[in-house]
Amino acid sequence: MARAVTNQRKMINTAAAWIIGLLIFFPILWTMLTSFKSEAQAIADPPIFLFFDWTTENYSTVMERSNYGRFLWNSIFIAGGSTILGIIIAIPAAWSMAFVPSKRTKDILLWMLSTKMLPAVGVLYPIYLLFIQFGLLDNVYGLTFVLMLINLPIIVWMLYTYFREIPGEILEAARMDGATLRDEILYVLTPMAIPGIASTLLLNFILAWNEAFWTLNLTAAKAAPLTAFIASYSSPEGLFYAKLSAASTMAIAPILILGWFSQKQLVRGLTFGAVK
Amino acid sequence: MYLRTALCAASALALTAGAAMAQSTLTIATVNNGDMIRMQGYTGDFTEKTGIAVEWVTLEENVLRSRVTTDITTKGGQFDIMTIGMYETPIWGANGWLVPLDDLSAEYDVDDILPAMAGGLSHEGTLYAAPFYGESSMIMYRTDLMEKAGMEMPDAPTWEFVREAAAAMTDRDADINGICLRGKAGWGEGGAFITAMSNSFGARWFDMDWNAQFDTEAWANTLNFYKGMMDESGPAGYATNGFNENLSLFNQGKCGMWIDATVAASFVTGDDSTVADSVGFALAPDTGLGKRSNWLWAWALAVPAGTQQEAEAKQFIEWATSKDYIELVAENEGWANVPPGARTSLYENPEYQKVPFAQKTLDSILSADPTDSTVEPSPYVGIQFAAIPEFAGIATEVSQEFSAAYAGQQSVEDALAKAQAITNEAMEAAGYR
Amino acid sequence: MATKASRSAARVMMAPAVVLLLGWMLVPLIMTLWFSFRTYLPLRGGDQGWTGFDNYVRFVTSSSFWPAISTTLVLLVGVLTITIVLGVLLAILLDQPMWGQGVVRILVIAPFFVMPTVSALVWKNIFMDPTNGLLAHLWRFFGAESVSWLSDAPMVSLIMIVSWQWLPFATLILLTAIQSLDGEQMEAAEMDGASVLSRFFYIALPHLSRAITIVILIQTIFLLAIFAEIFVTTGGAFGTRTLSYLIFQRVLESQNIGLGSAGGVYAIILANIVAIFLMRIVGKNLD
Repeated sequence: MARAVTNQRKMINTAAAWIIGLLIFFPILWTMLTSFKSEAQAIADPPIFLFFDWTTENYSTVMERSNYGRFLWNSIFIAGGSTILGIIIAIPAAWSMAFVPSKRTKDILLWMLSTKMLPAVGVLYPIYLLFIQFGLLDNVYGLTFVLMLINLPIIVWMLYTYFREIPGEILEAARMDGATLRDEILYVLTPMAIPGIASTLLLNFILAWNEAFWTLNLTAAKAAPLTAFIASYSSPEGLFYAKLSAASTMAIAPILILGWFSQKQLVRGLTFGAVK
Repeated sequence: MYLRTALCAASALALTAGAAMAQSTLTIATVNNGDMIRMQGYTGDFTEKTGIAVEWVTLEENVLRSRVTTDITTKGGQFDIMTIGMYETPIWGANGWLVPLDDLSAEYDVDDILPAMAGGLSHEGTLYAAPFYGESSMIMYRTDLMEKAGMEMPDAPTWEFVREAAAAMTDRDADINGICLRGKAGWGEGGAFITAMSNSFGARWFDMDWNAQFDTEAWANTLNFYKGMMDESGPAGYATNGFNENLSLFNQGKCGMWIDATVAASFVTGDDSTVADSVGFALAPDTGLGKRSNWLWAWALAVPAGTQQEAEAKQFIEWATSKDYIELVAENEGWANVPPGARTSLYENPEYQKVPFAQKTLDSILSADPTDSTVEPSPYVGIQFAAIPEFAGIATEVSQEFSAAYAGQQSVEDALAKAQAITNEAMEAAGYR
Repeated sequence: MATKASRSAARVMMAPAVVLLLGWMLVPLIMTLWFSFRTYLPLRGGDQGWTGFDNYVRFVTSSSFWPAISTTLVLLVGVLTITIVLGVLLAILLDQPMWGQGVVRILVIAPFFVMPTVSALVWKNIFMDPTNGLLAHLWRFFGAESVSWLSDAPMVSLIMIVSWQWLPFATLILLTAIQSLDGEQMEAAEMDGASVLSRFFYIALPHLSRAITIVILIQTIFLLAIFAEIFVTTGGAFGTRTLSYLIFQRVLESQNIGLGSAGGVYAIILANIVAIFLMRIVGKNLD
């Protein structure tokens, strides 16, 4: 027996949800709008919401001042590379944890997560010295590797929770048919877990994209991603709200679009597969 | 046969191209101030003249500081040129981390650099960084508001006068604050301002035995005067205002007076300013004790020791801090927009003398002496800082306590007591006491 | 199902991840431990030899230590409370039938995509600036004195900014959990005359406990390491200096690697205390 929902109640729900949703989204919306204003209009009192002279001048200023394309490419490379690398390393580990669990499995998982709690700034010096030793400073590969390590615990954990949902019998059946372990993982498990892998990929891509400590401290020019790009717009002289807004929009737009297009996977990803 | 030749040629070409590329790209770390951003726009001129390409790493001041300090102390070698200030240069130079700039070309005319600047960027007489621009601090005030208040700004006012004028100019209904000053935490922000101000009140950071001096009456006077004046006539939230915030307020016509870096003069009289036509200048105030409250600073370019491209880096520095660069900017953007405060010849140039703030800037710079900045003797060099490695860390924490007092989170006495404890703790940790 | 062969295979397959993470943890940890027992002042001639436990003693006896610990905890508890309470309410609202649910969900998720540096910059300047910020305009519009958010209410502002970033995360997890709630059970309770509140506390909340645990676990991991938000907004002033920010000041601003490393070791200990604590709850709740 389904409860009849009156239209009136639905309307109230809709109104409340939309108001709250818009309120939460408002800072982003406002930033985007401000990026199309002139500097004077950006600080106008009372604020102008929509009826200003739309201009793309801020974007051209920002493009002129920085090599946006390279920052963007580095962000994509580092976030994408670290996530893919992390998944390749994590799949076998998650397989063992999900299908050959031992008493220690949970301890190992939680230990992995606890490595994420180390304060990055406390180990900046050691890591910096190591990077110098290996010539990895300002190198996209070095940064990719570090971000992979940072997100690896999350990746392992997410994949583990997805794999656990897959019935072990199917894998066993494959093994009976003479599939090797490699075949089992590559041709049976992985295809079945594609949605889970996609969510993992997406969430970790976002986390890597937004990581702002290592990406800023281990790069200079060649490997600097968008986090470094934004660091040059944080407090220029004079009026800067519009330019800051333009730079901010450019830094978050790619990930925002990606996130929106793959919202379904993301919702699953965000719940770490642990909430059903 | 042909194929082989072609292949050889191609690979040779690739090799030379690769070599040329690798040889001639400089990586320069710089701060995102207006003059530096302008310089980036002229990079093409340098590349055209020398064939050397430039990669800019432009960062906000705090990020830049932590970034280049990590790199230089670990000998990371990320940058071929670093933009640093008067505080870092002598310390780094003494550690042998910077390439001495003692073989600059004759036409660069190193003796033309203002002696105050060259002195502050040297260690034991050797220049380690070339000033891109130099600054002191002075009063910038609104002539129209001053007139309206029925007062007249003397050339060299006292703090008493400034406070009085600020109160007279304040008009809360019209959103006009009599005075805007830095209150933001950070040794290079509010810390620099209050330290320079304290000099004129007879205060100092350390006595000759490196004991912190925040328990003295002079410091209490400084802080109470500052807070009293700012509460009366300062803008809301002044405890978080730094250089940029105040510049923005002044340009919007919301400040009667602003005491800050002389380089700001070209911004408040520039295109972005709504009050450009009614700005006057005066020397930073004093209290009659013989020291004024103006500081001395330079943003300078230095070459870290160990770079692979020392010669090219020096070539860039010669270009960026040359007389030619000044002329290049003057030609394109007018004399008011050239980087100020670095070269004597600039102030002898009749064209530049027409710029309204040129003389006051020079007077302010010349009246600042880092080696004798306090009324009572002090063991350190520097006006708004003490040129010891520990200072930046200590002063940042001390200024955080001060800012908390400005915001009314603690009393001035508590802030000073904490400052005293923090400083003595840190000096003990560093082995001074 | 696990045979001996698959057990050893499992161990082999787990090895790369475990070894990498072990290295990532141990190498810097050992170096940090090493530095923490030495007088290491890069600006004053570098490594100057052993100093025993001096750095450790100095770090805890410094007047900034306990305030930093309490700031860290206040921030953690504040953000967790706000995101979970609002997250539960928002999740319940979003679970109701409405028009355009998909779009609303997109709007609510959006802050999660925003780089911490960007969100801190935008909040600090465009919203919280006492002169030109949007909130100041709003306050003045209603005739109130504009608030200097970052100096007058620094922790509130910081918690607000961080909560805005993490609310979407909490909401989504909780929403997913609520959607799996057994509707019939709820209806039965409703028919038995259970009030809205008792239905919430006796049926919905217990059902959500597992999801809430996940939220606490994941957010704690990220909140303990918060840095960019503080660096950009207050720079550690006005009592917003957390433990990790204090370490940053010791290492980078004071250039005292030994002292900072000792602080790092304390932070690692704190993280592990929290981790053990979390493992207790999570361990029970995870299967």
